[in-house]
Amino acid sequence: MASGIKDKVVILGMGCSKFGERWESSPADLMVEAFEECLKDAGIERNQIEAAWFGAGIDAFNVGSSAMPLSIALRLNYIPVTKVENMCATGTEAFRGAVYAVASGACDIALALGVEKLKDTGYGGLPQRTRGVENDMYWPNLSAPGAFAQLASGYRAKHKVNGDDLKRAMAHVSVKSHANGAKNPKAHLQREITEEQAINAPFIAEPIGLFDCCGVSDGSACAIVTTPEIAKSLGKGNLVSVKALQLAVSNGAESGHASWDGSYLKTTRVASQRAYDEAGIRRPKEEITMTEVHDCFSITELVTMEDLQLASEGKGVKDVLDGAFDAEGSNPCQIDGGLKCFGHPIGASGLRMLYENYLQLQGRAGARQLPDPKLCLNHNLGGFPHQNICSISIVGPYD
Amino acid sequence: MKGITAYGVYLPRLRLSRQAMVEANAWFDSSLRGLGKGERSICNWDEDTITMAVEAGVDCLSALPEKSLSGLKLASTTAPFIDRQNSVLVAEAMNLNSQIRTMDIGSSQRAATSALIAGLESAKQGNEIVIASEHRRTKAGSRAEMLWGDGAAALTVGDDEVIAQCLAIATTAVDFVDHYRGEGADFDYDWEERWIRDEGLMKIVPETVSTVLKSAGLVAADIDHFILPSDQARTPATLAKKLGISMDAVIDNQISFVGVAGAAQPLILLAKALESAQASQLILLLGFGQGCDAILFRTTDRIEHCRPARGLSGAISNRREEINYNKFLSFNNLVERDIGKRGEVDKQTFLSGFNRRKDLLTGFIGGKCRVCGTVQIPREKYCVNPECQALDSQDDFSFANQPGTVLTWTADRLTFDWSPPAYFGMVEFECGGKLMMDFTEVEEGTVDSGSKVSVHFRIRQFDTQRGFRKYFWKAVVEN
Repeated sequence: MASGIKDKVVILGMGCSKFGERWESSPADLMVEAFEECLKDAGIERNQIEAAWFGAGIDAFNVGSSAMPLSIALRLNYIPVTKVENMCATGTEAFRGAVYAVASGACDIALALGVEKLKDTGYGGLPQRTRGVENDMYWPNLSAPGAFAQLASGYRAKHKVNGDDLKRAMAHVSVKSHANGAKNPKAHLQREITEEQAINAPFIAEPIGLFDCCGVSDGSACAIVTTPEIAKSLGKGNLVSVKALQLAVSNGAESGHASWDGSYLKTTRVASQRAYDEAGIRRPKEEITMTEVHDCFSITELVTMEDLQLASEGKGVKDVLDGAFDAEGSNPCQIDGGLKCFGHPIGASGLRMLYENYLQLQGRAGARQLPDPKLCLNHNLGGFPHQNICSISIVGPYD
Repeated sequence: MKGITAYGVYLPRLRLSRQAMVEANAWFDSSLRGLGKGERSICNWDEDTITMAVEAGVDCLSALPEKSLSGLKLASTTAPFIDRQNSVLVAEAMNLNSQIRTMDIGSSQRAATSALIAGLESAKQGNEIVIASEHRRTKAGSRAEMLWGDGAAALTVGDDEVIAQCLAIATTAVDFVDHYRGEGADFDYDWEERWIRDEGLMKIVPETVSTVLKSAGLVAADIDHFILPSDQARTPATLAKKLGISMDAVIDNQISFVGVAGAAQPLILLAKALESAQASQLILLLGFGQGCDAILFRTTDRIEHCRPARGLSGAISNRREEINYNKFLSFNNLVERDIGKRGEVDKQTFLSGFNRRKDLLTGFIGGKCRVCGTVQIPREKYCVNPECQALDSQDDFSFANQPGTVLTWTADRLTFDWSPPAYFGMVEFECGGKLMMDFTEVEEGTVDSGSKVSVHFRIRQFDTQRGFRKYFWKAVVEN
């Protein structure tokens, strides 16, 4: 029986670029910005990195395919570099590669870096792109908000929730994240909003309005990982350790079989339960200090709270409105502002979220610092509610 | 001789107000005001000659007990493909067998009557379907734009259980050029209306009618239903009078509420006559274009037992008023609309990939698992049922006539659509199986989880760069 990843690998250093409309910066510029901070934080030289995992979600669009853009941008020393792409879970996927490499003993120190340069499309939102030769022939032209808006309709129907109540809870999700993001100098959007603004914003895809959508931005984030022993030998203290790393990918049952009703995310339920088991977590609501979840849209965050067992099924609206996930709530969510305020440069997001966990656990989160954080959960969701990839990572102090 | 065994009709749901057309164009041509009454049928952006033909064909088969067909002829002057047999595409969308004889017939306003004659004179046993469908583009602000409409009709012809027996056929072939559409031209070019009437219709039609009546041993006064397709509102009655046909027999061209549907008009009006006819009545059907076709029918006792699911009256009443003339221009590519950068994405169809998925894309065929009975779409190698997942276990299962229910939905204003917002969602079929699908013909506020839908063959995308168009099935909410 596999023993899992718990406490086999720790984070030696992390870095994160400023996120935003970085008109002046190329993907390479963003990578270097995150990498320089990370290298300094880790306290090592570049040539001590033995392998790297590079995450970029829309490579054909901007960054470029293969591992070379990373190796060239960072002038890595002819080490093995692997390019990964797994939709919105790409950043976490890159981290998973580096962590597993260290855990396997294949290398001592590995790098994971994610980047995305979305703001070269010439329009707002994610770029319109192909879904493959066959899918393009019959899939609707669903945009990301168009896909996730359906989660709201499915949730409403399943739990018989009044549309206005759900919309208000969705607004609360965004208001909370904007309040958090206003305290984060690296966030793209650093402005508070009101519930009225969120509710009255124009529809993008019914019932998702403008403020229910995350931002669209450029950014990069990275992590250097190693074993606890090496980290200690390098004089690193206050270690942040990987407790769980899980991935669940749809097999077509949600989109083609009656067993899924459209009101929840099957992969999130599966991946999070596996992660809890891997980390030895029995009571998530009590044991998880904070979450960074994939709030591509406010409704996604609300439903995800239930799927992570941080809210009871069908009670997400009430818990959100009661402030359970606000900065002062029982399970603060998106304390850094989330995708809502950082935007979602696909390849970077998972690592950017991990960066906040890391800062919080090291007590370096400034105005956003939570008291005594323990276990921090990251959640990414790539694709659509009916067909997607979910990644869960849990980090905490190395005991 | 053979006869008609069933009929069906399709008219696009959208009806453009002629007042809206006049308001947009009378500044340029004030004579249009005289035509500004009523409404005309217009194709939605995702409808064309093919999709209407499929709808009419399906409606026709709804009234035919024996569904197997030996042939399909498609008559139209507006078939979307010059070299790719349109009738085969229609046959596949109707899930007809692949041994069927198919043929496209065009190039004339009597394409449908000529196709019908060919069907009636065919020696082949069994039923054959003749479909006529037309979606003519017209210049903005033209008389044709005011008077014409879009639509389709279908008939099956056979030997057994006919509802109208063919008694006689006559044709006069004359190269009378009242209008034409030359190679590479988008629009028709026509000559003076009065000349067409006096030198064309009034001279050519009587000769053909006289021949057909003589051949059947009948006289004009015997005719109960007289069909002369024409966008000249008064000419059919004038001709009837000249021929000695009763005024009561003249079938109205329904210009005021549908418009004249070109090559499909003869069959649409024949469906209209069949819908109102009683047993043992005489129907004279004419088609005019480079001469004249005349077909004489006598209805049988079966006429009253043969009613299609929709028919013409159903098609006429299934309507939604459109008062936005700009939308009509946009749907017909008569104005260069700013479609935004999301609309610029390459829409190439990879033909080998299309061919692999043709069952799904054209026929809306999924699978039914022999092991667990689960119905699913699309059909993949392994069964979708998590408890089964059997390999290569699925038989063909058609979803084309299956009713469904909306599970999840949205109205997407971000993505590109020719008629935003784009409605789509997850449809669960009553037979089992579900699919994320586009919706079409949605009226705001009428769709929600639990709404009942039917599925229809529609245009999914245009590849304007390469002159191709993709088709797929879409859900329509049943209100």
